[in-house]
Amino acid sequence: MTHESSENIIINREPSNELENNWRQYLSFSTDHKVIGVQYMVTTFIFFLIGGLLAMLIRAELITPPSNVVDRPLYNGLFTLHGTIMIFLWIIPFNAGISNYLVPLMVGARDMAFPLLNAISFWMIPPSGILLISSFLLPNGTAQSGWWSYPPISLQIPPGQPINGEFIWIVSIVLIGISSIMGAVNFVTTIFWMRAPGMTFFRMPVFVWSVLSAQLLQLVNLPSLTGALILLLFDLSLGTQFFKPLENGDPIIYQHLFWFYSHPAVYIMALPAFGIFAEVLPAFSRNPLFGYRSLAIASLGIAIVSIFVWVHHMFTSATPSWMRMLFMVTSMLVAVPTGVKAFGWTATIWKSKLHLETPMLFAMGGAAMFLLGGVTGVMLAAVPFDIHVHNTYFIVGHFHYIVFNTITMAIFAAIYFWFPKITGRMYAEGWGKIHFWLTFIGANLTFFPMLPLGLQGMVRRISSYEPRYQGWNIVASLGGFLLGVSILPFIANMVGSCLYGQRASNNPWLATGLEWQTTSPPPRDNFEEIPVVKRPPYDYGDPKYSVIEPPDYHQQENHSR
Amino acid sequence: MNRGVIHVDESPVPLERWRRFLPNWLKRYLPVRGGRSEDHHGKAIFGFTVFLLSESIVFLSFIFTYVGLRLTHSRNWLPPGVSGPELSTFVIINTVVLLSSSFVIQPAENSLKHDHIQKFRWLWLITICMGSYFLIGQGIEWSKLDFGLSTGLVGSTFYVLTGFHGLHVLTGVILQITMLVRSFIPGNYEKGHFGVSAATLFWHFVDIIWVFLFSLLYLWQA
Ligand code: HEM
Ligand SMILES: [Cu+2]
Repeated sequence: MTHESSENIIINREPSNELENNWRQYLSFSTDHKVIGVQYMVTTFIFFLIGGLLAMLIRAELITPPSNVVDRPLYNGLFTLHGTIMIFLWIIPFNAGISNYLVPLMVGARDMAFPLLNAISFWMIPPSGILLISSFLLPNGTAQSGWWSYPPISLQIPPGQPINGEFIWIVSIVLIGISSIMGAVNFVTTIFWMRAPGMTFFRMPVFVWSVLSAQLLQLVNLPSLTGALILLLFDLSLGTQFFKPLENGDPIIYQHLFWFYSHPAVYIMALPAFGIFAEVLPAFSRNPLFGYRSLAIASLGIAIVSIFVWVHHMFTSATPSWMRMLFMVTSMLVAVPTGVKAFGWTATIWKSKLHLETPMLFAMGGAAMFLLGGVTGVMLAAVPFDIHVHNTYFIVGHFHYIVFNTITMAIFAAIYFWFPKITGRMYAEGWGKIHFWLTFIGANLTFFPMLPLGLQGMVRRISSYEPRYQGWNIVASLGGFLLGVSILPFIANMVGSCLYGQRASNNPWLATGLEWQTTSPPPRDNFEEIPVVKRPPYDYGDPKYSVIEPPDYHQQENHSR
Repeated sequence: MNRGVIHVDESPVPLERWRRFLPNWLKRYLPVRGGRSEDHHGKAIFGFTVFLLSESIVFLSFIFTYVGLRLTHSRNWLPPGVSGPELSTFVIINTVVLLSSSFVIQPAENSLKHDHIQKFRWLWLITICMGSYFLIGQGIEWSKLDFGLSTGLVGSTFYVLTGFHGLHVLTGVILQITMLVRSFIPGNYEKGHFGVSAATLFWHFVDIIWVFLFSLLYLWQA
């Protein structure tokens, strides 16, 4: 079979372009959104490895009750930088990277709206990250007050050190924030202005809807964190008194400004993951996405509701009860659009014949784990329960079920799913499956024990604990080391397949998105000719368009058809 | 100028014009059926507007801090011997100059749109002078105040709010000077003038912010 009219899916299985191995472009200042996307993804993955190493040090410390592996200031620095790196240098910029790669392709554009700005946004990330991590080398070590950096703790720095860890921390986060805002301007303009003819809003893939919602949140909420950090910086180094309780300042105001961003930030991280599920699940169950419109609108709905729930992080911060009640209700409302999402995913794969390739395993694993993350979230939204477990490991368990077991799994699903598109080669399926099972088991071993630990009262951010907590901690630590090991087959697979993988066709999964209609990897301008879009995004199963026979994913047979 | 393809002015009846306003706006800014990427000017202005939206939230977070501190600390807002920022005629004149400059810069942009480049240059120059007047005035005001950056909450909030706004005024003036210089490069404004439109938008933004800051800092007296 050959190229058919633009209305139909191209189902030829032969790669239609030459693979040129031009790896040097990834080290250059390129304005191609695909190069920038890969630069983002590889850079943030390196930060992920660093953040993971810090996590393993934390777990090594926690395997025994007394504090013996690292001293306490260093322990504080470890969990502070671990959290900061994972949030600001792994998930958020990785999402920016994968969105960079995919959004122009998915909406049928030749590039982002502002390519130069795009390159600048990326090139702000590595220096800021290096600056942040290098603060370990300062005589008094790195910032120690957690990724929240609450005053007055963050203002209690040893005297006589003008450049301290906290100072560096604030400067790097502000820089990363500026990069994100420029990125958000770019994404929103691209999605509004660069769509191909016929690409109406309701023909955009749910992934694009998710990116749009997440980036709108960046625009509306991130500046409040930037503002708070600027004021904190002035308090720290210029003698102002905004957040200093002993000089009439008010640290609670910082908490409001901080969570006004950092609650929506969890959806800035989670929405693209939800979008990835919406792409991968239909492709591997050969079903149209169930309730496409409701899923698209639910993305916006989640974004909007999440703006009005930030006070649930401050239930124990002398918050008046009327405010607690109000924000308890709004927090629980988030469950409605997220429920729509979960229902849509389930209905999509319901009674279908599943193809359990690696991307599908990660997507299903991630979506299933979101159940536990979301349920514990709704539990936390209930004020009495939150007061009980506040500041315990229950919180840590909850959000790791979200940020690792859901979002990071979704990221792996995305990497495997679009690997053939990005590199033009196939990854090794067996290694992918090993990676999945190690990750899935490791993640649950690591993070599940935290829930009972929290219910029993183990406090977070401590390097020594009562011996009665040791049992679950050993399980969690061993799980953590397993997670560390699980990354090795992944790296081997990625590097090996990039170099020697089998040549992938343009559309190895026979998926319907526009990105699969061009060559693998796509040419500099993405499409030979800008496509005119005439069909809905997920018409798997529609006899007019889709392939009925199960796709031949790995081209076991020969290429001549 | 390169302003896209939708002309709202074609309709003869004003009412009809308004009836079509929303559909026209949607088509122009959210091209509902896709395919508008050639309109580079519109795209860039859209992006810049979105950026300004974001920027206003930084101001909002400062204002939130100011109002929050002010409401909960009204008793010790002014340290002993400090009278706070004063609503003097000097400040009022400064404010009037800044706000009226919005009514100078808009005709300037319009005249460029109609290719009256000479008129544009004069009006633009007047705006630059008005902006610089405000900056110098604020500097003089700062030097006369009886409190500093670390004098209680009044000092922290006053200098940070006016300073951050002043930084924006300075940026606006620098943008305007750049655009004025560029207007002398032959052929520069033939293919559209995104820079001028952006500088104009930015200036309106700076002015609107000042309305809020002025009311909060000077009119809301302790
Ligand atoms: C969807 C992705 C989500 C992510 C990434 C996420 C992440 C987080 C993080 C990082 C924290 C810890 C904050 C801290 O350091 O103190 C947290 C706490 C919390 N989360 Fe989530 N969360 C998500 C979903 C939800 C949902 C759906 C709800 C409620 C319906 C929720 C309710 C809460 C509450 C109430 C807390 C505060 C607990 C406390 O500190 O007392 N979260 N979440
Ligand atoms: Cu939250």
